Amino acid sequence: MSWEPVIGLEIHVHLKTRTKMFCRCPVAYFEPPNTQTCPVCLAMPGSLPVPNRKAVEWTMRLGLALGCEIAPRAIFHRKNYFYPDNPKGYQISQYDEPLCVDGRVVVPGPEGGDSEVGIVRAHLEEDAAKTVHVGGAEGRIHGAESSLVDFNRAGTPLVEIVTAPDLRSAEQAKRFLQLLRQTVVELEISDAEMEKGSMRFDVNVSVRESEEAGFRTRTELKNMNSFNFAAKGIEREIKRQVGIYEGGGTVEQETLHFDPGNESAPPLRSKEEAQDYRYFPEPDLVPLEPDRELVERMRGELPESPSARIRRLEGEVDFALAEGLVTSGRDELYSRIPGEREPVANVVMNELAATGVDPAAVNGEELGKVIAARGDIPRAAFTEALAASASEGFSAERYLAEAAIADVSELDPVIDRILGENQTQVEAYRGGKEGLLGFFVGQVMKETGGKANPKVVNERVREKLSA
Amino acid sequence: MIDTLRLTAEGANDLLTRGEATRDEIFAAYRAAIDERDSELHCFLHVCDDPPGEGIPIAFKDVVSTKAVPTTAGSRILDGYVPAYDATVATRCEGRGLRTLGKTNMDEFAMGSSTENSAFGPTRNPWDPARVPGGSSGGSAAAVAAGLAPWALGSDTGGSIKQPAALCGVVGLRPTYGTVSRYGIVAFASSLDQIGPVTKTVRDSAFLYSVIAGRDERDSTTVDLPEPVRIPEPEELDLRGLRIGLPKELNEAEGIEPGVSEQVSRALDLARELGAEIGECRLPRSVEYGLPCYYLIAPSEASSNLARYDGVRYGLRSTPNGDVRAMYDRTRHDGFGDEPKRRIMLGTYALSAGYYEAFYGQAQKVRTVIRDEHAAAFEQFDILVSPTSPTVAFELGARTANPLAMYAADLLTIPSNLAGLPGLSIPCGLSEGLPVGLQLIGRQFSENLLFRAGHALERALEFDFVPERLR
Repeated sequence: MSWEPVIGLEIHVHLKTRTKMFCRCPVAYFEPPNTQTCPVCLAMPGSLPVPNRKAVEWTMRLGLALGCEIAPRAIFHRKNYFYPDNPKGYQISQYDEPLCVDGRVVVPGPEGGDSEVGIVRAHLEEDAAKTVHVGGAEGRIHGAESSLVDFNRAGTPLVEIVTAPDLRSAEQAKRFLQLLRQTVVELEISDAEMEKGSMRFDVNVSVRESEEAGFRTRTELKNMNSFNFAAKGIEREIKRQVGIYEGGGTVEQETLHFDPGNESAPPLRSKEEAQDYRYFPEPDLVPLEPDRELVERMRGELPESPSARIRRLEGEVDFALAEGLVTSGRDELYSRIPGEREPVANVVMNELAATGVDPAAVNGEELGKVIAARGDIPRAAFTEALAASASEGFSAERYLAEAAIADVSELDPVIDRILGENQTQVEAYRGGKEGLLGFFVGQVMKETGGKANPKVVNERVREKLSA
Repeated sequence: MIDTLRLTAEGANDLLTRGEATRDEIFAAYRAAIDERDSELHCFLHVCDDPPGEGIPIAFKDVVSTKAVPTTAGSRILDGYVPAYDATVATRCEGRGLRTLGKTNMDEFAMGSSTENSAFGPTRNPWDPARVPGGSSGGSAAAVAAGLAPWALGSDTGGSIKQPAALCGVVGLRPTYGTVSRYGIVAFASSLDQIGPVTKTVRDSAFLYSVIAGRDERDSTTVDLPEPVRIPEPEELDLRGLRIGLPKELNEAEGIEPGVSEQVSRALDLARELGAEIGECRLPRSVEYGLPCYYLIAPSEASSNLARYDGVRYGLRSTPNGDVRAMYDRTRHDGFGDEPKRRIMLGTYALSAGYYEAFYGQAQKVRTVIRDEHAAAFEQFDILVSPTSPTVAFELGARTANPLAMYAADLLTIPSNLAGLPGLSIPCGLSEGLPVGLQLIGRQFSENLLFRAGHALERALEFDFVPERLR
């Protein structure tokens, strides 16, 4: 029997506005607890929310980038629940009239296999405070000796993006998440740093038989904050559900909390509580009615989407490289470096990335010359050039001048000596262990301090060994 | 010695500007009046000693947050709470030199019509201490009537300024929703709460309104006034061309005492003499459905607004054995009185999944109908008039056992409140020796017209606002 996974995502992204969503306290991540607060975010009696205009505009910008319609009228709702991280007793969120609806994102796949993911909605809400439960099991509120609350985070603007259940594999989900993250970063509305918690997501997973219509019961994987972890979690959950169905069982609707630090640990489960949030329109706020001209102007100012750029680059390099360049934000540098595309892409993704230089500061024109001459200059010079490529006044000339030693009369004595000192390996090579070629070449490169031309050394060693 | 019983805010200010009294003498006169009469009346929950400001005093209903001055909203659950910030209306009063005299008693979280729901004991009516002052702003209305404050701020959700003003024989304005900032006002029902002046005269009311009204960037629901506040000239006495509508259902509602109707009729006769044209109109659905609609919307919003009182950050915290949830439960059990508990339950129910459409959703639709019905009446008339309260002040304890009878006290004020319209209550006479209030309802933002009409009628009526037993 063949099974098809059905996956939907709910992503939360912290906006990096200067101030909070409904008060003018700074959004700050690493300040001492409860120092970035005011009567509004502490829910003192009588305090009132005032929406952050920037946050509204940025959410619209994101909505447009995800192909959404911007609602002519959107309203905030109160979502009522008691929890120490929720000082008002309700969260101001959006319910049935969100700001952005009906979007669509193209997720390019290998071999031209594009897929489309529907965006049900993108809405704006406020984040809760941070709680630390002391004592008790698993750091949870139940059974804790005491709970500490830090209201610095309370009221941070948060965009929630909900996809349709259009994803069909863990790999595809990961791909979508990477594209989304890159989109958010390029719009300059969030760091989307998962370690910091400024991007996190929940995954809904169900499976069904191929050709089956409708969806089966889904489970929710909560608060994921790593793409790889999510992909693993999804795969494990798919396997679990398939196992249940094939064993004749039924999947129950539940929420699974995976522990990223301990993959082998069994998931904590909580039955889906029939929580009633008693949503109603927030009477302290007036409806948002985005200015249509502003919406159109913002639509016109959107940068080319990551998906479109991946497709464009696929004409030059293979899919994995194109996707890697775009989702790491390195494609801008790539396109500024002249020369043969595949080697340029490889250098940008690998050796250059390893140096940690700022891609935006790299002199592409000059670096292109170095990459083109790669085979003719010493490896050390090439590495130095990469490290210096973002420095002011970087010029290829200096590195190109350090021509590699290609003079056979200079290299021969070294090669002869190496072969003489390693008779056992020479015998082995001649006996068929051709992989040892690299060993000899490596020794020669070491002996010459990396200044030998690797191509010439390669040829010469091979000649001598087969002589 | 300054006689605070007769002194209006305008009069007190005249003493000050003419140099006939210092700010300290004026303040001391009100403090002396409080010392003399408040042990009987219990208008104040907190009295200030030496507040800043160069002007005359003002009392705030205890729903107004005042920095460094305790603010309880009449509830045990806020016992010991001292705000770290001022409400915008307090800031604006302070900006004009007004000195905070103290905080006045009220029904807990403004839920009530008699001030008997205060966790700190009831306020008594200066006209007859066996009777209630109305509510929820009963402390403010009684304080002004008894000369314990030249003027005060109250808050009005279903009639909480207009009704106690009527029962205490003073002037109360419920402004157009959105003209006065709610920032710093302990919330009861956010879509209905409005702050307004409680004064002895219409001119004082207009002046105090001009101090507090206008857009506040801290309250998104506020707007700029379409025109500046106009304070009527003292000699104005002209209602020519004014079209007064008498909504039949508001003037003939069941439970309106004959003595009340009589005084209202007398006021209307005077209005006619001053040149007003008077006609009848209808508000059938507003009056029939107003009360039920209000008792769905207000408790629903209250159930959410009162969720923040959890014992974590301020006010009362009861600490039973057990976890945080047990602490919430016990704190709210100990801290809220019966009326807030009743409304929290009503509101929670009305907002629950499966009931929302039938209750809260339906009430919002009815609210639109009420708004439209009022708008239709205002196509023919400039103001609508009715009694403010069906009855004069009732005796303490008379309605405490019957919440529905208490709710009916706001029957005539609720419909226009739901429509977001301004209403002015002025005293128009006595029935059984107790004040009767006349309610003038205007279009949105028509406060200036209400002041003009109210001032002319006030002059014509010549009502003596000093309680007979204190004269």
